[in-house]
Amino acid sequence: MIVVAPVHALIRLVPLLLIVLVTGGSGDPVRLWITFGIAGLVVLGGLVRWRTTKYRITPERVELHSGWVRRQRRSVPRDRIRTVDLTAPLLHRAFRLNVVAVRAAESGGEHSGLNLDAVSTAEGESLRRELLERPSVPDPEAPAGPGAEPLARLDWSWLRFAPLTFSSLAGIGAIAAAGFNLLTELNVDPRRVGGVAARLTAAPLWVAIAVVGAGFLVLAVVGSVVLFVERWWGYRLTREADGTLRVRRGLLTTRSLSVAEDRLRGVSVHEPLLLRAGRGAQTRALAAGLGREAQGGVLQPPVPRAEAHRVAGAALTAADPTLTPLSPHPRSALRRRVTRAVVPAALVVAAAVVVGRVWPRLEWIAPTAAVLLPLAALLAWDRYRGLGHALTESHLVSRLGGLSRRTVAVQRSGIVGWRVRQSVFQRRAGLVTCEAVTAAGEGGYRILDMDAAEVAALIARTPLTDAVASRRCSG
Amino acid sequence: MQTVSTALPLRPPAHRVDPRARTWWRLRGLGVAAVVAVPQLVVALVLGGPGWLWGTLVATVVMGVGYAAVVPEILFRIHRWEITDEAVYTLSGWLVREWRIAPISRVQTVDTEHGPLQQVLGLASVTVTTASARGPVSIRGLATAEAHELARQLTETTQATPGDAT
Repeated sequence: MIVVAPVHALIRLVPLLLIVLVTGGSGDPVRLWITFGIAGLVVLGGLVRWRTTKYRITPERVELHSGWVRRQRRSVPRDRIRTVDLTAPLLHRAFRLNVVAVRAAESGGEHSGLNLDAVSTAEGESLRRELLERPSVPDPEAPAGPGAEPLARLDWSWLRFAPLTFSSLAGIGAIAAAGFNLLTELNVDPRRVGGVAARLTAAPLWVAIAVVGAGFLVLAVVGSVVLFVERWWGYRLTREADGTLRVRRGLLTTRSLSVAEDRLRGVSVHEPLLLRAGRGAQTRALAAGLGREAQGGVLQPPVPRAEAHRVAGAALTAADPTLTPLSPHPRSALRRRVTRAVVPAALVVAAAVVVGRVWPRLEWIAPTAAVLLPLAALLAWDRYRGLGHALTESHLVSRLGGLSRRTVAVQRSGIVGWRVRQSVFQRRAGLVTCEAVTAAGEGGYRILDMDAAEVAALIARTPLTDAVASRRCSG
Repeated sequence: MQTVSTALPLRPPAHRVDPRARTWWRLRGLGVAAVVAVPQLVVALVLGGPGWLWGTLVATVVMGVGYAAVVPEILFRIHRWEITDEAVYTLSGWLVREWRIAPISRVQTVDTEHGPLQQVLGLASVTVTTASARGPVSIRGLATAEAHELARQLTETTQATPGDAT
């Protein structure tokens, strides 16, 4: 099955080989041979890895044995499996193979799972079904038919949100790097094309800045659109007959994420500043093993806000808890947000003033930096406005953040502990930061700067920990 | 605006840690101070370092001794723990206070730990972990016998709880 390992290793070496072929071609055969030798070893290593990697599924565990010199055995108890992720990068697709990533709930977190790289697509599919199956818990409300219930599919009008996400920055990088590579390959120095640089430096400063800025903007838009298409091509969100939530997507690399539904511990709706300005949002699932990576648990591309909330509700088969009206936090929380945003900005301005004094040529730097102050204040106000929390029948909902705002709804029964922190400053302001600890997602979700007087009541109203908070005795 | 600055947001847990923990914190503080101070002293003596080095050396020693004199007492007054039928509950910290609660039914592992200094003083720490990486609750500075008894008791209770604690 694992033809991919050696081929993959070899492909990773291709750039190196090319470099050696191009640069080292000038009569130094030794380097060439060394490179081919390394390539041969790598292929051999890949073959050995393939020969020695075995997996086995017993009624209790999934086991993966690998390695020849350094043997590794890894196993995951099957009742701990929370999600199964099928990924097929381009190379794997060519051979109809899949990487099956099994994620489990475990304390410590880091190595909570294993990757089966690579199994055939058909086998991956049956593994997915087998590993997430829970015959002991029949769901009476599950749809009767054997087919999957579609919850959402791609709407190309969502493409307009692509440039509003952070990945557009990555997009710039990717496209700029690719373009620059191409140009250097063609022996064109972009700085010399048509005397661009000369003309730019001759033009007034603001024109140059505008031109470069516009260039970057175009790059960002194009890059983010390309990334969006690659990531979300053929996007479908379904509820499978066996009660798992499944996201399928991807153009070159196809990905399929499955979350056992009875393991879903909530949802979070993300609204980074730009996306929020464009009235968009993105919903993620909270389950153990998801959420540590940047794209962890995403259930959908950036979409209109209403659609995000619809999917959040559909995933939980309930009214979307993230729409609950949240109780705002005390005014002293605003003061804290303002100090934390404005003080660093003021320091930057002060530094700019000093720089302006010392180097008179840079005098303009201080007035420019002064713009930071109102920006910081605005950001602080925005962050404060976002703060809030609420406890519904079934979920704890909390919202925080300005640049990257998110509203998280964690199942009350999914909360496995509390952390309450109070710094000296918070004590003066009568505030605390309360973190609901859960096995799902990032492991803990904070309620920032809430009223200190309300913590005991909040903890008392969640199961398992009620007695600790409510007993008002002094020992 | 009315803020209750002195009232604690949560009631303090019932038990204090072992009084010997003060010595432990004191020695640790002095140890850190020594690690910072000794290289300065060596450089100042052997290489005849610059004059300001004596200044920072004195500052380091004063700060270390000051910490050892004052902070362990404060820590001892703040640090508390409690184990009820439902939860493990601790309060720790000095400048930043932290209350941690882990429901017993969600506890996955119970560890006892003795560092070298703790062993000399007859102290131990008990750490309880849950399914979340953010969830561990530690009780530091317990008497060894007490720690073992606690760990045994906790292990028994958690083993009696069905389910996988997530």
